[in-house]
Amino acid sequence: MSHQKSFQYADLLSVLERVVDIMSAPDQYSYPSVFIYGHRATGKSHVVLSIMKDLELPHASVDCVECVSSGLLFHQVLSAFFGPDAAALLPRCPSLSDFVRLYKQMSSNSPATQTRYIILDRAERMRDMDFSLLPALLRLQELVNDNVTVILLSEIVWEKFRPNTGCFEPLLFHFPDYSKGKSLVQILSWDHHPSYTPELYASYINILLGVFFSVCRDLRELRHLAVLNFSKFCEPLEKGEAKESDIHKLWKNIEPHLQRAMQTVYLREVSSVQWEQQQMDEKEATTLRVLSAHAHIELPYYSKFLLIAAYLASFNPARTDRRFFLKSHGKIRKTNFLKKHEKTSNHLLGPKPFPLDRLMAIFYSVVDSRVAPTASVFSQISSLVTLQLLSQVGHDDQLDSPKYKCSVSLDFILAISRCVCVCVRLLDLLALSLVIQSQVVRQERSLFTAVSNLHLL
Amino acid sequence: MSKRRSLTEAQCVSLAQKLLRERLCHQKLPDRPLALDSQYKHLLELLRRTAVHGESNSVLIVGPRGSGKTMLLGCVLRELMSLKEAQKNVLLVELNGLLQTDDKIALKEITRQLHLENVVGDKVFGSFAENLAFLLEALKKGDKSSSRPVVFVLDEFDLFAHHKNQTLLYNLLDVSQSAQTPVAVLGLTCRLDVLELLEKRVKSRFSHRQIHLFSSLSFAQYVDAVRAQLSLPPDFPDPKFSDAWNHSVTKLCEEKSVEEILRRHFNSSKDFRSLHSLLFLSVSRVSVSHSTLHEADLLEASRLISADSKAIILHGLSILELCLIIAMKHLNDTYDGEPFNFQMVHNEFKKFIQRKSHSIHKFEKPVVMKAFEHLLQLELVRPVDSGVCKVQREYQLMRLMLEHGQVMEALQRYPQCPTDVKQWALSAFA
Repeated sequence: MSHQKSFQYADLLSVLERVVDIMSAPDQYSYPSVFIYGHRATGKSHVVLSIMKDLELPHASVDCVECVSSGLLFHQVLSAFFGPDAAALLPRCPSLSDFVRLYKQMSSNSPATQTRYIILDRAERMRDMDFSLLPALLRLQELVNDNVTVILLSEIVWEKFRPNTGCFEPLLFHFPDYSKGKSLVQILSWDHHPSYTPELYASYINILLGVFFSVCRDLRELRHLAVLNFSKFCEPLEKGEAKESDIHKLWKNIEPHLQRAMQTVYLREVSSVQWEQQQMDEKEATTLRVLSAHAHIELPYYSKFLLIAAYLASFNPARTDRRFFLKSHGKIRKTNFLKKHEKTSNHLLGPKPFPLDRLMAIFYSVVDSRVAPTASVFSQISSLVTLQLLSQVGHDDQLDSPKYKCSVSLDFILAISRCVCVCVRLLDLLALSLVIQSQVVRQERSLFTAVSNLHLL
Repeated sequence: MSKRRSLTEAQCVSLAQKLLRERLCHQKLPDRPLALDSQYKHLLELLRRTAVHGESNSVLIVGPRGSGKTMLLGCVLRELMSLKEAQKNVLLVELNGLLQTDDKIALKEITRQLHLENVVGDKVFGSFAENLAFLLEALKKGDKSSSRPVVFVLDEFDLFAHHKNQTLLYNLLDVSQSAQTPVAVLGLTCRLDVLELLEKRVKSRFSHRQIHLFSSLSFAQYVDAVRAQLSLPPDFPDPKFSDAWNHSVTKLCEEKSVEEILRRHFNSSKDFRSLHSLLFLSVSRVSVSHSTLHEADLLEASRLISADSKAIILHGLSILELCLIIAMKHLNDTYDGEPFNFQMVHNEFKKFIQRKSHSIHKFEKPVVMKAFEHLLQLELVRPVDSGVCKVQREYQLMRLMLEHGQVMEALQRYPQCPTDVKQWALSAFA
């Protein structure tokens, strides 16, 4: 965001005052290291770099994501302070020792008249580089004996950075996040379209924040969503169905659209180009082709049954198989054991591995026609593993009794079982396994009532 | 008679700032380290014996971070170099465990600091010991038959113990024991158990001489030290300004609120480095318009330093993310801190939405998952076995990195928190 306007917000101002105080005397020493933290898009890099440019201080700005090796960092710092010739003196794979020695050499030739600043953005990546890089940079002023200050910018708090045996503690500053009323609306309103009034845009932003603010506060995301959906908001105005003051009508038009955006564009299931296109030819109300496989995966007939059998095998414990799948079982008894140990419900803990034999046994009892155990059936299991709908547990070289786990969710299984022309008994099995073993959630209740309705039909 | 032009107010303030900043940030060496007399004398005596009498020694200076090890060494070396015999003869080699992470790099650094690069040239040595022996031999050829004493200073000594086979340490201590060249090996470290890190053969060559720097200041001495750090020296160009300044500093140190602030700091850490950061933050407020230190400056600085950063970060989360944190807190309370996974958290959240909530409507599971992943990125939630992702994302076990108290405090300060969310957080049973 390259706006020249100044912020008039008290919290940010006080932090800025402290930061500028520290940098205010460029010909004197400053604290060796400063750590600035705050949420995403709160303006940390922007503000610090603007201060550097306005006060015309010599600085080297490095993004730690780009520095795959520490040599890249050294190169950037040396070339920013002493020119590319100095950086060329670095050996092939420079160590920290080479960097410090070269820096000392260069700074004795051209000593610092003003404090030099090294700004390290996204400093959390430095923890994954050499273990001695972070502690050494924090005390760089002492090591090179020069007037240099290192500023670290990060999203993560300082406690996560501290090395085991401690290090030189920097000064900590927090960049405050935006409040909804004053700052966020104002900042987002800067993007307003020239052909509409700012008040209209402000009311649009308020509607957008009403939907999205409780989910996400990242300025970049909100800006992206605002820009994408504004044309849809203005549609009634352009068609002449509403005036600018008819906020209610505009709200009724845009609100379901924003809800749909939350499920698709916000989750990046759909790209912004696809979203914009869908807005334009919106008459057909086509369903968007989303990224995740759930909507449009096409499986062969037996694969669907195999997947349903795998789900049942993963989420029902083996001792309940007899009850469900044998025709001659006794009454269904709800055990107290299951009621007490709610937390150990399989739906919360995740799928359990099952052997191939159990899968085939459940498959034969679930599928409605007689199936011979041919290679084509077994090969479908391997294709399910390749599609990552099943996952293989254990070693690859165990050919005798391979074990599998089901890696799809209940929604997917319900979708599949709905499109397969499945008999009532199958839904029954799913419903029973859910009611006995899971928490009482309305979804399962409704499924149970749906099943019992089917029974009545 | 030299006319002394009195400096303007602005120049005085600027000069005062410069002096104080050098003292507080740049760790300028004081004339005499505070409250470290016996250690000072001991170290000076040892080094004098090496420098003047040619006796080899090894000593470790051990003390927690910020207790003044480098400062002590700096003062001792400064006094040592003022002796005439030492100035001519003694060579100083300074190594740092953070920079010289490998024995090869360390050896190159030693060669460089002894100015023997030309002598070594392109020679290839069989082992570290040969190389070191060659270097020390080369020092002999310079003057007479006896070699010049070398003082090796090893900063972050414990990091050298992690090198392969500890060859550098072994060879240096070997030389210090075998009396070929007068060598003094000084190690500075913050680890109290540094001797456990050394191999047996290295430990046996070490003289087991340790100088401990545990701060033994009382609170009164601490306040005196604060006053001394903030006062301007007597040779300040404008005596009127420096008198006024020192007077205001003395009065400040006697005020009750300032004493409370200093006592709070003293109770948490006695070392000078944290004191310097507190004083620096207050001193940086001094400018032409604000030319003396006030207690408000100290109070603000103290508040900045003792702020809880995690609770501050919680302030900027969205409502959904805050609800997830409260759900995790409830799971922790119910199951005594056992790890949980996303499914369990989502379940708790769904129970809250259905039973108690009026203001928060239902969100789809992927939206909740995205909020959870944001919390993962902020490292407020961490996976139990970091890195192993054989399990699906929803079922991976996690731990909450926040405490009960931090969550409740963050809730109090959260802007426009809906009341039903607050009630849910305060209720004992979900």
